Amino acid sequence: MAKAGSSRSGSVSAGNTVIDIEKVTKVYQTGDVTVHALRGVDLKIDRGEFVAVMGASGSGKSTLMNILGGLDYPTVGEYRLDGEPISRLDSDGLARIRNRTLGFVFQSFNLLSRTSALENVELPLLYGDVPARERHHRAAEALTQVGLADRMEHHPNQMSGGQQQRVAIARALVTRPKVILADEPTGNLDSETSVEVMTLFQELWRAGITIVVVTHEPDVAAFAGRVVNMKDGRVKSDRRQEARDAREALAAAVAQREQEHEHEQSELAEQASATREEAG
Amino acid sequence: MTSLQTVRIAGRALMRNKLRSFLTALGIIIGVGAVIATVAIGDGAKSMVEQSFAAMGSNLLIIMSGTTTSGGAHGGFGSQPTLSWDDMAAIQREVTSVKYTAPQLRTSAQIINEEQNWTTSVTGTTPEYFLIRTWTSAAGSLISTADVDGATKTVVLGQTVVDKLYGPSVDPNSVVGQSVRIKNVPFQVIGVLERKGQSASGQDYDDGVFIPSSTFQAKVQGGLKQYLSGVILANATSNDTTARAERQITSLLRERHHLRKGSDDDFSIRNLSELANAQQEGTRTLTTLLASIAAVSLLVGGVGIMNIMLVSVTERTREIGLRMAVGARRSDILYQFLVESLTLSVAGGIIGIATGIATAEELASKFAWPLLVRPQVIIIAVVFSGLVGVGFGLYPARKASRLDPIEALRFE
Repeated sequence: MAKAGSSRSGSVSAGNTVIDIEKVTKVYQTGDVTVHALRGVDLKIDRGEFVAVMGASGSGKSTLMNILGGLDYPTVGEYRLDGEPISRLDSDGLARIRNRTLGFVFQSFNLLSRTSALENVELPLLYGDVPARERHHRAAEALTQVGLADRMEHHPNQMSGGQQQRVAIARALVTRPKVILADEPTGNLDSETSVEVMTLFQELWRAGITIVVVTHEPDVAAFAGRVVNMKDGRVKSDRRQEARDAREALAAAVAQREQEHEHEQSELAEQASATREEAG
Repeated sequence: MTSLQTVRIAGRALMRNKLRSFLTALGIIIGVGAVIATVAIGDGAKSMVEQSFAAMGSNLLIIMSGTTTSGGAHGGFGSQPTLSWDDMAAIQREVTSVKYTAPQLRTSAQIINEEQNWTTSVTGTTPEYFLIRTWTSAAGSLISTADVDGATKTVVLGQTVVDKLYGPSVDPNSVVGQSVRIKNVPFQVIGVLERKGQSASGQDYDDGVFIPSSTFQAKVQGGLKQYLSGVILANATSNDTTARAERQITSLLRERHHLRKGSDDDFSIRNLSELANAQQEGTRTLTTLLASIAAVSLLVGGVGIMNIMLVSVTERTREIGLRMAVGARRSDILYQFLVESLTLSVAGGIIGIATGIATAEELASKFAWPLLVRPQVIIIAVVFSGLVGVGFGLYPARKASRLDPIEALRFE
């Protein structure tokens, strides 16, 4: 496992590590079948990194995400988040960590229906005992940050998928977490909206927030500064890369769409004129 | 998370599904409403029985003369006068558990004033009669000892008689001092009785007039100097002593009438307070029965809440997972769902109380019953519906709080 982490040696100082996973294994017992979801994973993530965790289904990336998110305990091994040993906390302690230190973004947004964007974003602060006025203020701030200042009173069913995911990102941001964990955040979005959401993640990254995204799409992983590949419960590769600029990608995608649109329009016009000629 | 926030979250969740919340609470509304209405109506009926017996007199014993037997045909009680004035005096003197005694000599006669006439019962009696009956005057005075001693031609009118002779809107004070004729004998009205209403059997206590017993014997119904041509009323010193008073009077009268052991009494005693107690007991039993049926419907309402809360937990599995993911502790989830079911049941309880009181009021005005809502019944209803909410909400809430956040988030 030490080999897998070799590519990041040198650039990291110990005090700068925010996620530190050491020899973590996870074994599930489902009936008579024993599933080794993680078979000894070591992973160190520094403050301010943007990491994409990739892998096929069954590679253990979701299990890793659940452990990183404090939703599950490792069977063996140590997990320190921001220096705090998470693997020894009880259920209330984990709830506190999820509330204060982590922010979650899910594939299916998981917004409360019939609840305004503002109230959805306030939800983590409610469990963090933040007073009402500050809750309002911070939620409004987070929504402004994701570009939804004019949608605060909208309900999820009045918003597009991209907007809903941005509300979810605002909800993850609002507690000012150390790390944002995103599980297939673009899985339910079309390619252009996906790039839009990745633009937002890159902005947060530039603002200094540590981001871990689980994805199986190489297109999405390209926007991260580091890609961790999982296979059979182990880290197969771990490399840094030049992150693709999402803004440029977005501009390119928009340009292409417009071009296609024009193309379609001209084709349609041609068809129309052809029909007219036939009719005439 | 403060408890106020928990209540607010629960309230918001319930408001998101208004119709369902209302239908869920309906079981409790009906249950509590039924309990409140039955108990209020039962209490009202009981107090009405109490009132009518109270108008009859408190701890009342009625002593009646014996029967005649001629040619094998038994006459009813009172057909042969066996009670003497001396008997009455002896009861007053010797029976320690009797407070007052009074004769009640009664006949039916026509009362006439200048304009109207009215046939009603004329009762000859003594001042103690009004003490036994606990009747007071609305105007003027009642019969005094001096009236009895002097056999004055004075009369006390009941309200119904006043209504019939002088019209229903007349001031009773203006009636005092007027003259009426009873069997062609002029009497002076010295007082009007307070309105007392009807007895349990529908007899109008206000339809009658009262004159001194001595005057009754001299002017209305003569004869039978030493015997008492009516009944003796006696009241026991308290509700507990009526049975003892009855025994003591029986043995005193048997001794005075020289009755041998084994022979029948030549008089009879009616113990009305026991009758009242029996009637009240009956009302109470009926109320308890109806209230317990209503309480069962409250339990059914509780099961309804549990059912809906279980559905709600399943439906909101993802919400629960999300709340856990953003930092809700298991206890936060437990309280949220518990407070939801508690809010449903207590809100249902409060609406139920309002409905129950409204129903009871409606029925009370329809049957002219007094409405009686005891505050402790309301408190019990609120506490009970709260207990139902917690009791039936606990299982779904625990189920919600024990969900695995990973599974919950993945739930479809």
